[in-house]
Amino acid sequence: MTATAGGGLLSAANHHASRFEANPATRDPAWIKWLVLTLALGFFVLFLLVPLLAVFVEALRKGWDAYLAAIVEPDTLSAVRLTLIAAAISVPLNLLFGISAAWAIAKFDFRGKHFLITLIDLPFSVSPVIAGLIYVLIFGAQGWFGPWLQAHDIKIIFAVPGIVLATIFVTFPFIARELIPLMQAQGRDEEEAAIVLGASGWQTFWRVTLPNIKWGLIYGVILCNARAMGEFGAVSVVSGHIRGETNTMPLHVEILYNEYQFAAAFAVASLLALLALVTLVVKSYVEWRAAREPIEVNPE
Amino acid sequence: MAAALARPRNVLPGFGLSLGFTLAYLSLIVLIPLAAVFIKSSGMGLDKFWAAVSSPRVVASYRLSFGMSLLAAAINAVFGLMLAWALVRYSFPGRRIVDSLVDLPFAMPTAVAGIALTALYAQNGWIGQFLEPIGIQVAFTPLGVLVALVFIGLPFVVRTVQPVLEDLDTDIEEAAATLGASRLQAFTRVVIPTLTPALLTGFALAFARAVGEYGSVIFIAGNIPMVSEITPLMIITKLEQYDYAGATAIAAVMLTISFILLLAINALQAWTNRRSGRES
Repeated sequence: MTATAGGGLLSAANHHASRFEANPATRDPAWIKWLVLTLALGFFVLFLLVPLLAVFVEALRKGWDAYLAAIVEPDTLSAVRLTLIAAAISVPLNLLFGISAAWAIAKFDFRGKHFLITLIDLPFSVSPVIAGLIYVLIFGAQGWFGPWLQAHDIKIIFAVPGIVLATIFVTFPFIARELIPLMQAQGRDEEEAAIVLGASGWQTFWRVTLPNIKWGLIYGVILCNARAMGEFGAVSVVSGHIRGETNTMPLHVEILYNEYQFAAAFAVASLLALLALVTLVVKSYVEWRAAREPIEVNPE
Repeated sequence: MAAALARPRNVLPGFGLSLGFTLAYLSLIVLIPLAAVFIKSSGMGLDKFWAAVSSPRVVASYRLSFGMSLLAAAINAVFGLMLAWALVRYSFPGRRIVDSLVDLPFAMPTAVAGIALTALYAQNGWIGQFLEPIGIQVAFTPLGVLVALVFIGLPFVVRTVQPVLEDLDTDIEEAAATLGASRLQAFTRVVIPTLTPALLTGFALAFARAVGEYGSVIFIAGNIPMVSEITPLMIITKLEQYDYAGATAIAAVMLTISFILLLAINALQAWTNRRSGRES
């Protein structure tokens, strides 16, 4: 679990701080508790809460009218549109991949399974800048297919397809990495029962597997979507930064910021920060729901 | 997987289709494009390759990227452990909100974090105005790089330590207390050894992420040659100068380091799972 760290939904445990605080063997002295709480929460406020608040305060520095004007500006709207397109293509493709990879890995035994999981994790450990560069090496003017693409007047780099490709790469493992451990933990007994009772493969998937993995699936999709809409480095390499054409929202933030239009830059940034907050709310809700419907872990 | 031998033939359908699609998609999107970096850089000759990856400006960027990433991961290990401890062991008002917001750096676009941190730490910013009189400059210095890398690395340590801490039953600390250990001894001799693999995994994840990070850093770094340029920025700079070979050579170095880190992280995670008795 490289990007999301921790075990995703599987580790969404209930909170029992009281069981530690009621027990003299695990209860910390009061001064330690206050010291740790002060340092930990001070760090939290300084590094997470204050930057988040700063986005909204800076965005509204010139008032609501300027804020709204920055958002309805045509270049901003075109950036929003491109961001939505990139997410609308990359998230479903990676969803299809995630389900397919998790089905193969969790429901069957084959050699090299662990190696395959490591390979699926690869994009998490690659710098976003390199994620953009690799497609330039293949589809760019000097790349492998560059001359052929030019001859056929197809543009991938510095155009929308390049942005979509880079977005697919950086969000590649998100859904697969949520579904693989979840489906491995559930085992294959329920699906085998369905098949033996005469269900077809698709019926088994839709009626047995999908209901079992639904929360993990939603969880993976929202994390994937947040990253798809917010990706900056990879998209920056392949975009070409043409205003109104190949700018996504994060790239538009950069352009506005570099033009010293700070209030407008933070206005667009605040939309992305809101998306991040919505993502965290949905994520917490999904974790809470998943904790109420305990996953039946197959004791294999 | 040991039960596989005793298991009758697998009756489930779709193995060929799902594995075939998985491998094809993985190859097209990830493996072949990544291979392009190594193929392109192997074609450029050792002399040119070495010249590209060892120029003084690039070496200065390695020093900054790796040094600050190590420091940021170490800071996150300390404060991340405290935050995970507070979230698991203590009840305090707003605990659930803090728990949810810890993931903010995962969800927040890096460019947004970058401009927010720059605004905060600039000379007239909320935080910068207090640091300026005591002679500390954060924005547009290597210290700014550190601040950005601490921001993006924080959730990794919290989210790897937290589940292990939650699984840690009270009984081993009870046993330590019964056998006469003080609270401090129980913590250093019992709790910390149990948490070590998870803590190291979180450290390595934060470090690996920090080394490749771009968006949150470039705004606050100031990008002064030899002083505050990170390695991913060097790739961008070479690309902007149409020096594709140079960019690819640096990318090959970074990718190799990423692969080594990935293997180390996998080994650490296997150790964490063994130590905490979880199924891998």
